[in-house]
Amino acid sequence: MSANLTASSDLPLEYQSEQSKMNILGFWIFLGAEIVLFATLFGVYGVLAERHAGGPTQQDIFVIKDVLIQTVLLLTSSFTCGIAIFEMRRNRLKGLITWLVITLLLGGGFLFMEINEFIHYVHEGAALQTSAFTSSLLVLLGTHGAHVALGIGWAILIIMQLLKRGLTTETTRKTFIIGLYWHFLDVVWIFIFTFVYLEGLVG
Amino acid sequence: MNIKWDEFFVTGDPLILGAQISIVLTMVGIIALLTYLKRWTWLWREWLTTVDHKRIGIMYILSGVVMFFRGGIDGLMMKAQTAVPENEFLNAQHYNEVFTTHGVIMILFMAMPLLIGIMNVIIPLQIGARDVAFPQLNALSFWLFFSGAMLFNISFVIGGSPDAGWTSYFPMAGKEFSPSIGNNYYAIAIQIAGIGTLISGINFIVTILKMRTKGMTLMKMPMFSWTTLITSIIIVAAFPIFTVALALMTFDRLFGAHFFTVSGGGMDMLWANLFWLWGHPEVYIVVLPAFGIFSEIVSTFSRKRLFGYTSMVIAVAGIAFLSMLVWVHHFYTMGSGPAVNSVFSLTTMLIAVPTGIKMFNWLFTMRKGRINFSTPMLWTLAFIPCFLIGGTTGVMLAMAAADFQYHNTLFLVAHFHYTLIPGVVFAVFAALYYWWPKMFGHKLNEKIGKWHFWLFVIGFNFTFFPMFFLGLDGAVRRSFTYSAESGYGPLFLLSAIGSAVLAIGFAMFVYNIYWSIRHADRNISSDPWDARTLEWATASPVQDYNFAKLPEVKTLDAFWHMKKDNEGLTIEDKEIKDIHMPNNSGIPFFMGVVFTVAGFFLVFEWYIPAAIASLGIFAGLIIRSFDYNDGHHIHAEDVRKVERKWRNRKGEVHKHVG
Ligand code: HEM
Ligand SMILES: [Cu+2]
Repeated sequence: MSANLTASSDLPLEYQSEQSKMNILGFWIFLGAEIVLFATLFGVYGVLAERHAGGPTQQDIFVIKDVLIQTVLLLTSSFTCGIAIFEMRRNRLKGLITWLVITLLLGGGFLFMEINEFIHYVHEGAALQTSAFTSSLLVLLGTHGAHVALGIGWAILIIMQLLKRGLTTETTRKTFIIGLYWHFLDVVWIFIFTFVYLEGLVG
Repeated sequence: MNIKWDEFFVTGDPLILGAQISIVLTMVGIIALLTYLKRWTWLWREWLTTVDHKRIGIMYILSGVVMFFRGGIDGLMMKAQTAVPENEFLNAQHYNEVFTTHGVIMILFMAMPLLIGIMNVIIPLQIGARDVAFPQLNALSFWLFFSGAMLFNISFVIGGSPDAGWTSYFPMAGKEFSPSIGNNYYAIAIQIAGIGTLISGINFIVTILKMRTKGMTLMKMPMFSWTTLITSIIIVAAFPIFTVALALMTFDRLFGAHFFTVSGGGMDMLWANLFWLWGHPEVYIVVLPAFGIFSEIVSTFSRKRLFGYTSMVIAVAGIAFLSMLVWVHHFYTMGSGPAVNSVFSLTTMLIAVPTGIKMFNWLFTMRKGRINFSTPMLWTLAFIPCFLIGGTTGVMLAMAAADFQYHNTLFLVAHFHYTLIPGVVFAVFAALYYWWPKMFGHKLNEKIGKWHFWLFVIGFNFTFFPMFFLGLDGAVRRSFTYSAESGYGPLFLLSAIGSAVLAIGFAMFVYNIYWSIRHADRNISSDPWDARTLEWATASPVQDYNFAKLPEVKTLDAFWHMKKDNEGLTIEDKEIKDIHMPNNSGIPFFMGVVFTVAGFFLVFEWYIPAAIASLGIFAGLIIRSFDYNDGHHIHAEDVRKVERKWRNRKGEVHKHVG
C-alpha cells in the first residue's frame, strides 16, 4: 500500500517500491489467467477445427505468405520491445521511447495485416457465421488481435506518461508490465502459428 | 436495431406486476429517504467511492443478504407451486424462469459476494495488513459484481428472465429454442460479474503472498487465510474458462456463430464441458472458504489449536487440485461412455478423502475442548452432520452406473442443497455471528440467534430430506408439477412446510440484525470471544488504518499467544508513526455504471448504443492510467488519539501506555 522505497539501488527501478513489486506479481498472475483463457480458446478450436459444415477449409483460405509476414512482424516487435526494456534498465529515456515506438509500429503493421486477412476470409466465404471451424478460428485470432490492439493503445498512454514524467519507479513499472504483456502476446502467436496455420496447411 | 417496445416490460402476470410496482416504490422510497436525511454526500464519500476493504466487504455482504432474499423468494415460490399436485400458482414457463434465476442468483450473486465480502473484511486483518494489495481494483471488483447482479435481477421485469436452467445447456439455451432476450441476460450479466471475481482472485493472491505481517510464514497463517488463498488460485484457474464459454455463447446468440448451436457443425456438448470445467471448481470456490470459516470457529470455541493444521492445508490443496478433474460427473448420461465415466467416477470419489480428513480434524479439535455453545459454534456443529449427508449422497452420485438411476431427479437437488446450504449458508451465518462485533462493535443477539439457528436448521432438513425419497421414487427435477396419482403429494407438502419454517428462520436473522443495531450492548471488548487470530488484535469496529503498529507473529494462533505471554498487546506513543492510506476514487463506481448500461444495451442487441456506452469503459481505463494520486497520510497524533480511546476502555486486553 505504501509507496515507500526500499532504496536498495541494486534492484532495477521498477522493483524498488513494495507497491511496484505487488503490481508486477499481480500482473504475472493475470497472465496466468490469460493463459487459461487462450488455452480454452485453443481447446475450442481443436475440437471444432475439422467441422467445416460444407464451408471452406483451412487449405482453402490460409495464405501462408501473409501469415509469415505477420509472424516476422510480431516476433521482431517482441525483440525490439526487449531492447526497449534494456534501454530502460540503462536509464536511457530516449532509447526506451524510440524502441517502444518501433515496437508499436511493428505491432500496428501486424494488426493491419490481420485486418486484411479477415477481410480476405470474409471474401472467401469464411465468416463468423459460416461454420464451427470459421467461428472458432475467427474468435481465436480475433481475441489475440484485440489484445494486440489494446496493447498498442495502452502503450501509447504509457509513452505519454514517460514523456511527461521521465523514468520513475512508477513509469518504469508500467513500462515493464506492458513489456511482459507484449511478450506474452508473442508467445500466444507462436502457438497460433504452429497449431492453427502450420497444422492447418499440413493436415 | 429493431426495438420491440411492446416486449420491453414484462406484462400480463399479476405477480410480476406486483414486483414491478414494489421495485418502483422501493426506489422512490430510498431516494426520498436519502434526500430527507441529507445523506447523499455521505453515501458518496463513505461508501460509493470507498477503497477501504472493510467497507467494500460490508457492501458485498449487504448485497449478498439482499440476493439471498431474492433467491430465497424464488425457492419458496417453487416450493409453493409443488406443494400440492397439479397446482397452478406458477405455469411451466414461469417455473423455468424461477429455477434458473434461483440457481444463478444463489451461486453467483449470493454465495460468491457473501464469501468474498467476508474475505474482504477479514483477510487483511487476519494477516496483519492495512488493506489489500490493490484497494482501488478491489472497489472495481465490487462494482462489477454489483453491476452484473443488478443487470441479472432486472431481467424478470424488463425483457424477461433466462429460462434454460442455471447450467443453460445448448441447444436449449441457443437462439433457436430460446429466442427471447432472457438468455442474453445470462450470458452478459454473469460475464460482467465474473470479471469482477477474477480481479478479486488476483487481488487476494497478491495480498496474501506479499502483505503478511512480520513473522507470519505461510505455515503460521490462519486457516481462513489459507482457504482464501487456495480459493483465489482456483478462481484464477477456472473463471477464464467461463469467461470464454459465456463469450462464445454471446457470439452464438447475438452474432450467429456456431460454437454450440448444432447447425453449422457446432457442438452442444462443448458447452456442457466448458460450463462444468468452470462449474465444478466453482462449487469448491464457494465451499473452501466456508471450510476455513468453520476451522477458525471450531478452534476458537473449543479453545484449542486446530487439530492437524498441516493435514488441513494439504487437504485443501488436494481438494483444489482434484476439483479440476471431475467435471464429467455432471453428465455421465450424456454419452461419454463407460471408460471415461469410470475415470471420472474415481476422481470424484477421491475428493471424499481429503474432505473426510477435514471432518476428522474438526472433530478432533473439539475432543476434550471446553466447548462454548455460542451461535457461531452451533452453526458449525450443525454443519458437520448435514454436510456429511450431502457428501455421502455425493459419493452415491459419483458412481456412474448408479447415477443413471437417479440423475436429474430431486435426489440430486437434495444432494447439492445438502452441500451448499450447510457448506455455504451455515458458514456465512456462522461467520456473520462470529465477526459481527469486529465489523460493527456489537454482537448479534444470542437468544434471537438461537431461534434463527433452530428454525433454519430444522426447516432446512424438512425441506430437503424428503427430496431424497422423492428423487429415488422418480420425481424429476425442474418439473413444475406432478399428478396426484404419482403419490408424491405428501412428501412435497412436507418439504414445502419445511421451507416455510426455513423462511421464518431467515426472517429471525433479519430481525436479529435490526434488534442488535437498535439495542445491543456497545460496551464490549474488542475481543469478545477470547479468540486466537490477529483480526482481534485491534479495535472493533476496526479503525481505517487497521493497526497502529503492525503486529509481529511468532506462532500459529498468534493473538492467543500474545495474550498468554502478555506480549505485543500494548502500544506506546512513540511507536506510532504517520500512516499512509490510499485515497477514495469514483472511477470504480463509474465503471460499474458504464458496464451496466453497456451490458443492458447488449442484452437488447442494440449495438450502436452499446458501442457508445463501452467508450465509457475506455474512458475509465484512460483516466485511471493517468491517475498518479498516491494517497494521503493519517497523522501520528490522530492515530494516538484513536488508539488511546479504545485501548483505555475498561476490560480491554489491549493497552495504551505513555
Ligand atoms: C433457501 C432455501 C432454498 C430453497 C427453498 C431452494 C429450493 C430449490 C428448488 C425447489 C429448486 C428446484 C428444484 C427443481 O428442479 O424443480 C432449487 C434449485 C436450485 N437451487 Fe435451491 N433452494 C434454496 C437454497 C439454495 C441455495 C443456498 C443455493 C446455492 C448456494 C441453491 C442453489 C440451487 C441451484 C443451483 C438449483 C438448480 C437450478 C437449476 O435447476 O437450474 N439453492 N432450489
Ligand atoms: Cu461437480
